[in-house]
Amino acid sequence: MAEKILMKGNEAIAISAIRNGVDGYFGYPITPQSEVMETLMKEKPWETTGMVVLQAESETSSINMIYGGASCGKKVMTSSSSPGISLMCEGISYIAGAELPCVVVDVMRGGPGLGTIQPSQSDYNQIVKGGGHGDYHNIVLAPASAQDMYDFVDWGFDLAFKYRTPVVILADGIIGQMMEKVEMHPMKPRRTDAEILEAAPWATTGKPAGRERNIITSLSLDADIQERFNRKLKGKYEIIEENEVKFSEYMTEDAEYVFVAFGCSSRICEAVVDELRAEGIKAGLLRPITLYPFPFKEIERLSKQVKSMMSIELNLGQMVHDVRLAVNGACPVGFYGRQGGNIYTPEEIVSEFKKFNGLA
Amino acid sequence: MTGHKQMKDMSISIEEIKKPENRIYGKPSLLTDNVMHYCPGCSHGTVHKLVAEVIEEMGIQDKTVGICPVGCSVFAYNYIDIDWQEAAHGRAPALATATKRLCPDKYVFTYQGDGDLASIGTAEIIHACGRGENIVVIFINNGIYGMTGGQMAPTTLIGMKTSTTPYGRDPKLNGFPLVIADMIAHLDGTAYITRQSVHTAPAARKAKNAIRKAFEYSQKGIGLSFVEIVSTCNSGWKLTPVDANKWMVENMFKKYPIGDIKDILK
Ligand SMILES: Cc1ncc(C[n+]2csc(CCOP(=O)(O)OP(=O)(O)O)c2C)c(N)n1
Ligand code: SF4
Ligand SMILES: [Mg+2]
Repeated sequence: MAEKILMKGNEAIAISAIRNGVDGYFGYPITPQSEVMETLMKEKPWETTGMVVLQAESETSSINMIYGGASCGKKVMTSSSSPGISLMCEGISYIAGAELPCVVVDVMRGGPGLGTIQPSQSDYNQIVKGGGHGDYHNIVLAPASAQDMYDFVDWGFDLAFKYRTPVVILADGIIGQMMEKVEMHPMKPRRTDAEILEAAPWATTGKPAGRERNIITSLSLDADIQERFNRKLKGKYEIIEENEVKFSEYMTEDAEYVFVAFGCSSRICEAVVDELRAEGIKAGLLRPITLYPFPFKEIERLSKQVKSMMSIELNLGQMVHDVRLAVNGACPVGFYGRQGGNIYTPEEIVSEFKKFNGLA
Repeated sequence: MTGHKQMKDMSISIEEIKKPENRIYGKPSLLTDNVMHYCPGCSHGTVHKLVAEVIEEMGIQDKTVGICPVGCSVFAYNYIDIDWQEAAHGRAPALATATKRLCPDKYVFTYQGDGDLASIGTAEIIHACGRGENIVVIFINNGIYGMTGGQMAPTTLIGMKTSTTPYGRDPKLNGFPLVIADMIAHLDGTAYITRQSVHTAPAARKAKNAIRKAFEYSQKGIGLSFVEIVSTCNSGWKLTPVDANKWMVENMFKKYPIGDIKDILK
């Protein structure tokens, strides 16, 4: 039996980074995710695995440290929350443009501006649709438990290196702060220099005689070259959309009504489904685990079986646009959200659901 | 006609000149054959050559990672045959920080202009200095934004005309020049700070020695080494290469005097 330890979602990120052979973490404090760096500093992984941990002077700097570390073929990650992620968007765009792998954890809080320090899901558009400038995507993973926080670090790096692209773990203040039992998987050692050369032959590790110099750049002044590159990225995104969609379903098999919710909202919606089922209403839940790529096909399939769908989000209605795209008019699509760090109760959602469906 | 004939008689054949023992000058092997995009007279090309020579002479090509800035030297990676990372505007010291910390045996240097380092990238350079990162910073101070067409830089001299100070830099409107090398000399994390130029052969030789020293210091674990090169941007300054050199000596050197500013091993 693998060991299970009670910890916060944020702590799970830190412990997972150490145990999964991450080479470097660079971050800047911000609520509600400061425990990530605090845990790393307390654990002192540089004395055990050799992992580098550094507090940067800003999120602008920490993401550019990620750019530098990723350029060396290292597994590097950072974490922040909404205002800090906004600062990082410049760097994330460059990382996407230079085709570098990295993992960024965004523990969302309410915005815009300085907003609140309470949980929110209001950066869906920012992260899922891009964030920085230019035609690019992040792969976006939406954890719903402390265990997910732990597991998605390793999964994130697998995807990041497979596709040479930034991966964002899009969590929220609830997932970051809540304590749950987390199962520790066996330790993975950090990669050796030889393994890095094999996994990342493009990395800037110092040019030996006999190979071309490695250049990490996102620059091309020639319009045709840039267009060719954009199309290459598009090709990569198509492969990601084809192969990496992940979602989970709860009671959808015979469902007449389906909720779509990610992260902490999906946990709450499970309770909603249970309540409605207890009343004899056939409700179900689709939880997108990857937000990009988004489970368009599955939602489309369900939309043909149900009377209606409802997107439940801690924002003013962001993912609901993707749900509507998937549904494409096949059934009515409702939305319910709370903002500013307020969180819905299952009862509140049940009542909004009934209003929307004329069942009250 | 007679003169021409005489010269011909005295001349040695090209085959003779090409013999290695007769060569007194050569292109460093680490400079690629790509045609440089720099304007004739620009300091960037000379500094590239010095950096290439130092890396070659130290035999560290396979251990060196360079970080290019955004500025006219954004394409430095086309000219020096080493591994390069191209940073976002001003962020090179952050890339270098992670590169050096994750690969401590490597020689890591940034190559940055004054807009890049002294304006948009002030936080990155100051904190890399503050943390005492064991990296080399080559700082090309030409008092102007060369790449974007000659706008004012933080280092532009008072009275100097640029495309955004068409009547000359006025401190009431534009503030005063930043003297970065002197500022960072106060920080405990810096090991070696020097200001050089490359407008004459002796100056270039001194600059090369400074660059070499900076590279050597970066492996001693004693902090950041910073080589400022007071440079010309004859296109931005709208001067011929010769006049630009003269103008630099007469004006830039007053605000940015040449010489070592700090050396903690001395
Ligand atoms: C974020 C951002 N802002 C502005 C620019 C435009 N830009 C490109 S180079 C440059 C100034 C470069 O000047 P300097 O660093 O002095 O280099 P030089 O060309 O003089 O060598 C600017 C403002 C940019 N590329 N990115
Ligand atoms: S614009 Fe100025 S800095 Fe740029 S290449 Fe020309 S002379 Fe050099
Ligand atoms: Mg300049």
